[in-house]
Amino acid sequence: MAVTDRITEIQAEAEQAIAAAGSTAELEELRVRFLGRKAELPNLLRGVADLPPAERGAVGKAANMARQALEGLIAQREEALAGAELDAQLERDRVDITLPGTPAQPVGSLHVLHQTWRELEDVFLGLGFTVMDGPEVETVHYNFDALNHDPQHPARAWTDTFYVADDVVLRTHTSPMQVRAMEAHPPPLYVVIPGRVYRRDHDATHLPQFHQVEGLAVDEDITLADLKGTLLSFARTVFGDERQIRLRPHFFPFTEPSVEIDVSCSNCKGGSMKDGSRCPVCKGTTWLEILGAGMVDPNVLRAVGADAYDPDKVQGFAFGMGIERIAMLKHGIPDLRLYIENDVRFLEQFG
Amino acid sequence: MRLPLAWLSEYVHPGGDPWELADALSATGTEVAGVDRFGIKAEGFEHLVVGKVLTAEQHPDADRLKVCTVDVGEAEPAQIVCGAPNVAAGQTVAVARPGTVMPDGMKLKKAKLRGVESQGMIVSERELGLGDDHSGIMVLPDDAASPGTFVAELFEISTDVLELELTPNRPDCLGIYGMAREVHASNGSPLTPPPWTGVELPPVGELDGITIDVQVPELCPRFTALVYDDVTIGPSPHWLKARLAACGQRSINNVVDITNYVMLLTGQPLHAFDLDRVAGGTLVVRTANAGEQITTLDDEVRTLDEQMVVIDDADGPTSIAGVMGGARSEVADTTTRVLMEVATWIGPNINRTSWKLALRTEASGRFEKGLAPEQTLEAQAVAHQLMLELTGATVRPALIDIGGPGPDPAVIRLRSARVEGLLGTSIPAERQEAILRSLEFGVTPAEDGLDVTVPAFRRLDVTREADLVEEVARIDGVDNLPATLPARRGAAGRLSPMQRLRRRAEDALVGRGLRGIMGWSFTNAGVFDRLRLPADDPRRQAVALANPMSEDHALLRTNLVASLLDVAAHNVARGARDLRLFERGAVYFADPDDKLADEHDQLGVLLTGRAAPPTWNDGAPATADVFAAKGVLEALATRLRVDLSVRHAEQPFLHPGRCGEIVLNGTDVVGWLGEIHPLVAQAWEIDQTVAAFELDLGAVLAVAVEHALVEEYEDVTSFPAVRQDLAVVIDSAVPAADVVAAARKAGGALLADAGVFDIYEGEQVGEGKRSLALHLEFRAPDRTLTDEDADGARAKIVAALTEQLGAVQRG
Repeated sequence: MAVTDRITEIQAEAEQAIAAAGSTAELEELRVRFLGRKAELPNLLRGVADLPPAERGAVGKAANMARQALEGLIAQREEALAGAELDAQLERDRVDITLPGTPAQPVGSLHVLHQTWRELEDVFLGLGFTVMDGPEVETVHYNFDALNHDPQHPARAWTDTFYVADDVVLRTHTSPMQVRAMEAHPPPLYVVIPGRVYRRDHDATHLPQFHQVEGLAVDEDITLADLKGTLLSFARTVFGDERQIRLRPHFFPFTEPSVEIDVSCSNCKGGSMKDGSRCPVCKGTTWLEILGAGMVDPNVLRAVGADAYDPDKVQGFAFGMGIERIAMLKHGIPDLRLYIENDVRFLEQFG
Repeated sequence: MRLPLAWLSEYVHPGGDPWELADALSATGTEVAGVDRFGIKAEGFEHLVVGKVLTAEQHPDADRLKVCTVDVGEAEPAQIVCGAPNVAAGQTVAVARPGTVMPDGMKLKKAKLRGVESQGMIVSERELGLGDDHSGIMVLPDDAASPGTFVAELFEISTDVLELELTPNRPDCLGIYGMAREVHASNGSPLTPPPWTGVELPPVGELDGITIDVQVPELCPRFTALVYDDVTIGPSPHWLKARLAACGQRSINNVVDITNYVMLLTGQPLHAFDLDRVAGGTLVVRTANAGEQITTLDDEVRTLDEQMVVIDDADGPTSIAGVMGGARSEVADTTTRVLMEVATWIGPNINRTSWKLALRTEASGRFEKGLAPEQTLEAQAVAHQLMLELTGATVRPALIDIGGPGPDPAVIRLRSARVEGLLGTSIPAERQEAILRSLEFGVTPAEDGLDVTVPAFRRLDVTREADLVEEVARIDGVDNLPATLPARRGAAGRLSPMQRLRRRAEDALVGRGLRGIMGWSFTNAGVFDRLRLPADDPRRQAVALANPMSEDHALLRTNLVASLLDVAAHNVARGARDLRLFERGAVYFADPDDKLADEHDQLGVLLTGRAAPPTWNDGAPATADVFAAKGVLEALATRLRVDLSVRHAEQPFLHPGRCGEIVLNGTDVVGWLGEIHPLVAQAWEIDQTVAAFELDLGAVLAVAVEHALVEEYEDVTSFPAVRQDLAVVIDSAVPAADVVAAARKAGGALLADAGVFDIYEGEQVGEGKRSLALHLEFRAPDRTLTDEDADGARAKIVAALTEQLGAVQRG
C-alpha cells in the first residue's frame, strides 16, 4: 500500500474516532493516539526525509494536510464536548437558592451609651470643641469647693455622695473637669468632657453610676446667647433639624446666670398623639428637659488661680447633660436598668 | 412648696389660668412641678352653701340618722338626712347640695337614706379637707353668713395650688408673700403692701421676769421675743384652718397654727413657748455639750454635739435652735402665757445640725438657706396681730430684740456694658431699672449703668454684678435671647491621637463581631475570692468606699473580667450561650502615694460558645477557645500597629494549661489571655468554655500613639516576593513563637514574613518531638529576588534553628 493511501486510511479512522468521542478525556486519548509523539502519522511526517525524492512531496503534503485536518477536527470536537460538559457540571451544581445564606463574620456594636457618647463628642467636635477626660475618683476641692458649692451644700452630704475619704469622692458630675481643664490649658478654651459619674441614688429612675458630658467655652467675649446658639446646634444635630430649644432660668452654684434647657418634643404635636392621648414622652408639655447650663460663675474662674482666667478678662459658658437621658430620648428606651444589664438582645438593637 | 392661689391673690393677681401662671413662673426661674386642687372642685363649687338647720328630727327607720330641714337660702328649705351626733336645730352649717364635687372627687347627688330623700349633705371638716375632725358636722359661727352664701366666699375651701420646686438660693420664696413678689415681677400685676405693714409692735426693751442670754451671737445674729398673757388656747377659725390645709399643714390649736401660718406667709419660722413651762423665765442660747440629750416635740430623744445650738431654760435644753422645739415647753391646752420667739440662725450651722440628726423640718429647711435678720420683726408683726385677734391675748409692753437688723444693704454697680457683654443682647437701662424695682431692689442711675441696692431678703443671694445680670435676664426672659455661636478664635475641634486610637481599638473589636458592654464600676471582695485571687494579689488593692450603698458595691473594680463574667452569666442564664463581648473602661487601684486612685483605661474581651450560629450547611461551627481570643488580640495588635505577643504564664482564674501573659514590644507585660478556669466559670454558673483577655489599653495606646497614626508609604508592590515553606522537627517543649523569632532574626533584612502554618506530632517524628511547618516570605525593596537569594537566607535560618534550638530540617 502506498504511503499516501495509508495516510488516507489513518485519517479516515481518526475522523471516525473523533466524531465518536464522547468526552474531552476520550478526545485527549485520540489526540495522543493519532497525533502524539509515538503516533503513526507524525512518524510518517518525520520519515519523509527518508523517502525517495519523488515521493517526498506528495507524502509530505498529504501527511501535513491530514494532521492539520485532524487537529482542526479535534479542536472543533473539543469545543463542543467542553461546552456540553460545562453545562452538565453547572447543572450538577444547581442549588436550592431559597436556602439561607452562610452567615458572614458577625459584626458587633458599641454599647448604646457608648454610641451616644461618641455622637455627642462628634457634635461638639464639629462645633470646634476638643475632648478631654479626667479622674472619676476626685477631690472635694475640684468636685465641690472650686465649683462654688457652699461648705454646707446638700450635695456634699454622705447620703448623696460616695466618699472614699473626707476629702475624696467619686465625682458627682463631670463639672470638676471645668477647673482641671482651665488649669491645663490657657484660654480660649473649647472643650467637652464625657465621663462616668456617681451619686448615692438607686431606684427606678436613678442608677448610682451614670454618664455625663460637660461642656466649657471660655474666651474674652462668650455670651449667654452663644450658649443658646451652641446648644441649639447640638439639639438639632442630635434630635433633628426641626427642634427648638427653650431656656428657663435656674440655679447652679457654679454658673451665674444659670439656665435649664428644654428641647421641643419630637414624639408629638402640641403634646398630644394622633389618637388624642397625652404624649408619653413629654407628658403633654411639648418640652423635654435635657440639660443644665449657664455662664461660668466668676468664683469658678477665680478658683483656677491663673491670671489668664481673671474673671475681669475672660468669661464663658458651661453645660452638663446626661448621656443616659439623651439615649433614652433618642431611642425610646424606657428603663435605665437596661443599660447596666447588658442583655445582648437589648444591645443588638443598636448599631 | 405649695402655693395656694386663693391665698396668693390677697397680695397679687395670679391671672386666670393656673397653668399660665406656672409657665410665667417657669420662664422667670421658679420651677412649677404641677398644679393641684385643694378642697372642693371648681366645677360645682357654688353648690356648697351656708345653711341654717331649722329642724332636726329622728329618722323613722334609723337610730343614728336625723332628718333635718335646712334653710339654704331658697324659697323652700332643703330636707337633708344627717348622721352626725352633734347636728341640732339652730346651727349654722355648710351644706353640700347635689352638684358639689367633694375633694375626693365624689359628685353629690340626691339620695335616699333608709327611705327618706336627702337633698345634699351637711359636711364635716374632714370631708372638706380642713382637718381630721370627723366627730361631727362643722358648725359655723351663727353670724358667719346668711343661708345660701357660697362657703368658698367665707374661706378658701376651693383653690388651685402650685407645687413649686424652689432653688436653694431663694429662701425668700419660701413664703406666700415672697412668691407674691415673684409673681408681681413676672406678670406685672400690682403687689399689695406686705401684711406686716402698719402693725405696731411694743418698743424694744426688757421685761420683768424674763431673761434672754444669747451666748453665741455668731450663730444667732438676732433673737426677738414678745410675751403674751391671757391667752386662750382653742381651735383656729375655719379660714385659718383652710389656708394651713391648702399648704398641707395640720391644724393643732390657735397659737401653734399662728406660728405655722406666719411662717407660711413670711418664710420666717417662729416658735411659741409656754412661758409657764420655761423654767426660771430664762432662755439661754448656747452650743450644746457633746452627748447632751433633748426630747423633741415628736417625742424622740436626740443626742447633740458641740456644734449644735440649743435654747436652754433653767432646767436645761428646751429646744434645738432652728430645727425643732422641745416637748417640755410646748404650748398645751392649758397654756395661758406665751413667749413668741422669732430668731435668725446661721444657715450652714442649721443645715449641719439637721443632717446630723436626720431631722428636717419646715423650720430647718428655711433657716438652712439663710434668712435675713430683718424678717424676724416682719413675722413678729403678723403673729402679733393674730395673737390679739384669735387668742384674746394681751401683750407685755416691750419687745425683746437681741442682735438687731443685719448689715447695711450692699450697693452694686450694674454696668450696661456688662449686661450686654454677658448676655449677648442689650436690655435698655429703663427696662433693667423697672425689673430691678419690681424685685424691690433700690436703683439709682450711675455713670455707666445703675447703682443697685440689694433688699435684705436677697442679701445672701445677690452679692455681685453677675447676680444682678441674672436678675435682669431672668425677668426679661432668657428665652428671648438670640442664638449666636462663639467666635472660636483658633479653636479646632479634633480628637487627640490617643482618642483616635482608642476609637480605632474599639472599632477593631466591633469589626470582629464583638459587642460592647458597660458594667458596674462597683465590686466587692467576694468577687476577688471567686476569681481565686490570693491575699497578696495587687488586684485586691481596691479603692474602698466609705459609704457604699450596699456590701455588693463596696469597692471599685480592679479588673474587667468579673464584669464580663457577670454579663456573660446574665445572658447564658437567658439562653444566649454564644457571646462575643468587650468592655473598655476604667479600673481603679488604691494608690498609697496619692489620695486619688490610680485609674487605668482597660480593655477586656470575653468569647464563649460559637462564633456563628449553626446553619444548614455547617451544623457545628467552631466554638471559642483560647486561640479565638488570641485571634481577636492579634487583630487588635494589627489595627494598633503594636507588637503584642503572648507567652505562657498562669493566672489564678485561668486554665493552667491554656493561659498566657500579653507582652508589649517583647518587654512589658500589659495583660493576660486564656480560658477561664472551669471552677471560676462554675462560680459564675457558666458551664461552657470561656476564653478571655484583658489588657491595659492606656499602656498599649501610649506606645501605639508613637507610630500607628503616621502611616508612611513603603514599596511592597514593585518587586515580587519569593515564598518558600520550611519544615523542621524540634522538641515539643520549644514554643512555636521561639522558633519563629529565631527564624526572623536569622532571616535578616530579606525575610519579610515568617509564621507557623502546620504542626505534626506522631510516630514519624518521634516521641517528644513535633514538626513545625513555617512559611517564609523573602523580599527586597530594590530588586526582584532570585531563588539563589532566597536559598541563601533560608539556609541561614535552617542553621540558626539547628544550632540554637536543636531543630532538624525535615525532608
